[in-house]
Amino acid sequence: MKEYTYTEKKDTRSGFGDGLLEVGRQNPNVVGLCADLTGSLKMGAFQKEFPERFFQVGIAEANMIGLAAGMTVGGKIPYTGTFANFSTGRVYDQIRQSVAYSGKNVKICASHAGLTLGEDGATHQILEDIGMMKMLPGMTVINPCDYNQTKAATIAIAEHEGPVYLRFGRPSVPVFTPADQKFEIGKAVMLNEGTDVTIIATGHLVWKAILAGKILEEKGISAEIINIHTIKPLDAEAVLKSVAKTGCMVTAEEHNRIGGLGDSVAQALATAKPAPQEYVAVNDSFGESGTPDELMEKYGLTENNIVAAAEHAISRK
Amino acid sequence: MNPHNLSIEELKQTAAQVRRDIVRMVHAVNSGHPGGSLGCTDYFVSLYFRVMDYSTDFTMDGEGEDLFFLSNGHISPVWYSVLARAGFFDVKELATFRKLDSRLQGHPTTHEGLPGVRIASGSLGQGLSAAVGAAQAKKLNKDNKLVYVLMGDGELEEGQIWEAAMYAAHHKVDNLIATVDRNGQQIDGSTEEVMDLGNLRAKFEAFGWHVLEADGNNFEMLLPALDDAKAATGKGKPVLILMDTEMGFGVDFMMGSHKWHGIAPNDEQLEIALQQLAVDSASDY
Repeated sequence: MKEYTYTEKKDTRSGFGDGLLEVGRQNPNVVGLCADLTGSLKMGAFQKEFPERFFQVGIAEANMIGLAAGMTVGGKIPYTGTFANFSTGRVYDQIRQSVAYSGKNVKICASHAGLTLGEDGATHQILEDIGMMKMLPGMTVINPCDYNQTKAATIAIAEHEGPVYLRFGRPSVPVFTPADQKFEIGKAVMLNEGTDVTIIATGHLVWKAILAGKILEEKGISAEIINIHTIKPLDAEAVLKSVAKTGCMVTAEEHNRIGGLGDSVAQALATAKPAPQEYVAVNDSFGESGTPDELMEKYGLTENNIVAAAEHAISRK
Repeated sequence: MNPHNLSIEELKQTAAQVRRDIVRMVHAVNSGHPGGSLGCTDYFVSLYFRVMDYSTDFTMDGEGEDLFFLSNGHISPVWYSVLARAGFFDVKELATFRKLDSRLQGHPTTHEGLPGVRIASGSLGQGLSAAVGAAQAKKLNKDNKLVYVLMGDGELEEGQIWEAAMYAAHHKVDNLIATVDRNGQQIDGSTEEVMDLGNLRAKFEAFGWHVLEADGNNFEMLLPALDDAKAATGKGKPVLILMDTEMGFGVDFMMGSHKWHGIAPNDEQLEIALQQLAVDSASDY
């Protein structure tokens, strides 16, 4: 098992904020819009350096999406910022018509995704957003795993012409990917080569997949671990290549098991070469109040859940 | 500079031709929305044949041009006819309206690349936000041209409109001229029966807008109102025209009733409509 270490923990939303500042310096067409959550989204540095390119929208997310779509007419590259729930479910029709169907170059940047929002509870913990966004034709869906990857993704999406949903979170998590990484949309990242089971994880579950890999190694199981940061378009080639070697699959995500990464991987397998697959995901339920760690434990999103799923997948080969 | 800059008499002839297109288009596919299209014809003809500065060599960004957004996308027939007659595409293409593989979808879209359209509309309440965003992009680009947007009056029941109205005033988006098609009708009946819109002038003024009123079916009244609206831009407030129109204007049996919101005339009704929409030299597609 390849060694992964970290020296600090940081929130992925800060990766977004720092990435936005950097891409704002690189590209004068980048503009920021925020629905009264500038601090939470870490957009303050961008706002301070580029006040004329930052637009406070107030608590009006539908308008924010429409404004962003309009600003692309004139060559702007709008980054909208609010919580994942208010970035998707609240504004689905606005995204569908004004952004996706209209083919607009809007970057929908969504913080506080999933259970790890914590104590605010289920009203704010969206677990359906990946599904909603990936069903929109032409939408790119990205869920990076740590600060560095989120920062790199935030910068990279400016170069991608078309709508993007960028999903990140609130808690501090280990920073283990390289600061100088090149972020390639739609390209899986091989974290560890193995032979017995493939673990494909996205977002906060990637670090837990690495922890699971170590436990499995102690049990004599060789896990291949892949970081899928781009859920759509899915790197199906990487998925199929890995499962051809290992013969079974675990997917891990901080999302409902319906409609997320797991289903995308299952579709890739089912339509090419079926293989046993286990899901580590929320079992079609809402979240609740609690600390992030408590919630991940209760809803089955820990390294131990990944280990159990891997062993089960292997048993089904 | 407007590429046509027609006289009032020429505008009237053009409007009659556009109305002929509208009834023929919806008749041909037995679907579509003639009522609002006929009511707004004079507004569209005024913008595209007299008021707006634009090029028919369409670019999405429209740099250095006035832009138009249609929020109530169901009145696509009038927009398609005006775009074709203004020179964005061949008028023969109007025959493809609502048919398979057409760029002239039931509701306007950029998806098939129709020149003149900059965003999809149809699901109501979204066009004002887009227009405000485009107007702010113009300001960032130091482009001093204007952005026009048309909304239906029933559409004002959508909450997003008021989000955008509040935002536009707060951010002093004063390079925007929004127009409400005040025909007083929506699908289920009059706006007063379905959802009383109340005093729209007072509402928009309370939101911080500069509000004008206009007769949308009379060029002698409408053109000066559009001039006044233009003169009101650049003064720190977004501009709104409350434009009275009659649904179905120009075809007597369609006028003033919500019943012709979304149905097409039959063969006999088409003939009567075309007789009423006489032009000196018809050039039907």
